Amino acid sequence: MAPTRRPSKSKYTADRGVPGAFEGETVTRRRFMTGTAHGAGALATMGFALPALAFAIGPIFNNDTLGWQTIGTPDMFPDDNYIPAVIVIAPGIGEAGNSTVYIRARNASIDTTPPTQFNRWIAISTRCAHLGCPVRWVPASERFICPCHGGVYDLQGVRVGGPPPRPLDRFFTRLHDGYVQVGARYSVNSELRAFSPRDPGEPLDGIGQYLYPSRPSVRI
Amino acid sequence: MPKLPAVPIPPRFLPQPPPPGTQRGRPRTPLEKGAEAGKSAVDWIDERTSLSGGVRWALFRKVPKGTNWFYTLGSATMIAFLNQAVTGVFLAMYYRPDAGGGAYESVRYITNDVFLGQFVRGMHKWGSSVMVILVFLHMGRTFFFGAYKYPRELNWVIGVVLLILTMTMSFTGYLLPFDQRSYWATIVGVNINGTGPLLGPYLSDFLRGGPEFSATTLSRFYSIHMLLVPGAIAAMIGAHLYLVAKLGTTAPPWLRAKPEPELVEEQL
Ligand code: HEM
Ligand code: FES
Repeated sequence: MAPTRRPSKSKYTADRGVPGAFEGETVTRRRFMTGTAHGAGALATMGFALPALAFAIGPIFNNDTLGWQTIGTPDMFPDDNYIPAVIVIAPGIGEAGNSTVYIRARNASIDTTPPTQFNRWIAISTRCAHLGCPVRWVPASERFICPCHGGVYDLQGVRVGGPPPRPLDRFFTRLHDGYVQVGARYSVNSELRAFSPRDPGEPLDGIGQYLYPSRPSVRI
Repeated sequence: MPKLPAVPIPPRFLPQPPPPGTQRGRPRTPLEKGAEAGKSAVDWIDERTSLSGGVRWALFRKVPKGTNWFYTLGSATMIAFLNQAVTGVFLAMYYRPDAGGGAYESVRYITNDVFLGQFVRGMHKWGSSVMVILVFLHMGRTFFFGAYKYPRELNWVIGVVLLILTMTMSFTGYLLPFDQRSYWATIVGVNINGTGPLLGPYLSDFLRGGPEFSATTLSRFYSIHMLLVPGAIAAMIGAHLYLVAKLGTTAPPWLRAKPEPELVEEQL
């Protein structure tokens, strides 16, 4: 037997034979109350859930730049060896918020990136590009060496051994009132092209820069 | 509705009829009076909650033949979790999540100066490893006994969530002593999270509470470690055990189910 088509239901509750229906009513009062109660519950829940969520993920969009930090005078930094300096990367927590940077003067014979007012000194971050352990500059071998998993970098901070996926990060530098200052961090790919800062472990060659987007709020 | 099995109280603890020849209204001993009071208190609650049915449903289950010591690994894990919860609450009475040196100092104070502090901290510290080991042993038991098969897949999935939550506890707890080891291990751990493509960078920023490890990072880890994840674990254990009681446990794989005789004839 062919299935008989059911006659389409009227949108009026009175026509559908709902008990106690009002003239012209399309939504039963029971349905309306159910919807209202659910809606009010959802609204009340979102009232605390959304602010809490925003509170938790808010810092991702923060951009509290620490500005320029003075680290010394131009005559302190040779162009063939690194001098360590301590800068603050997270204020308010004492030593745990400090970090070492290695500085040398730009050397036209090895630094091939075009000179600007922000790279007259090369400031290399000690944060290993593998997973963030502190690398150490070893002058005798002219290498940065990481204690954690054997990452090794050359004088330019470019990886020559171990697991790091990109060179060491750098900081902008400038001359200000006769002092050398260190500014914001930036990351570089294996050709030393500058990118917005990325976390360690994130390659920047090939599609790496797209797989590991930079922070929306921190762009160079 | 099948009748629930009676509570298996050994006969000698059941109420005895008065010895022959004694008065019916013999004065009761203090012990009997105490037992009576306890019973009426339990009855008072049960009359208002009907909890005893649920307790009997959960605890007096039939278990398959061949149930053995490996079946206790889940309960052992749960005891390890309770140990972490209780010792953790007491550690929280002294601990200060202050990245400026206060955290390290408060842990030093617990270890060296608080009465039994070193012991309670040790229970928590070593207990965390015990819990992780037990979770894996229990997981191995359910795997090798085929206990993840229909209809228990969902319990396996809940188990995986519990495993992840347990690892999250280990990760977030490791930072709290705030010594060199905690600090660098957390830096490395957060950066490992960051190596996930597309979402990784946001995940590591969320964990640190910003682009650099800061004071926020420690408070965040502390809150996740002592509020968020323990609550989630407790809820998940509840769901896990509900399913264990609901579905019953599996027989060991070396025991073959014996079909009913009439079913055997039908097959012939
Ligand atoms: C916090 C961690 C956990 C606790 C407290 C816990 C607790 C328990 C308990 C008490 C049982 C009763 C039977 C037994 O002990 O063997 C059980 C059963 C079970 N658990 Fe877990 N568990 C945890 C983690 C896991 C994990 C990581 C898995 C696997 C991924 C898992 C899968 C199962 C399965 C499939 C059963 C059913 C066993 C059967 O029916 O024979 N559980 N769990
Ligand atoms: S963190 Fe430097 S090699 Fe892994």
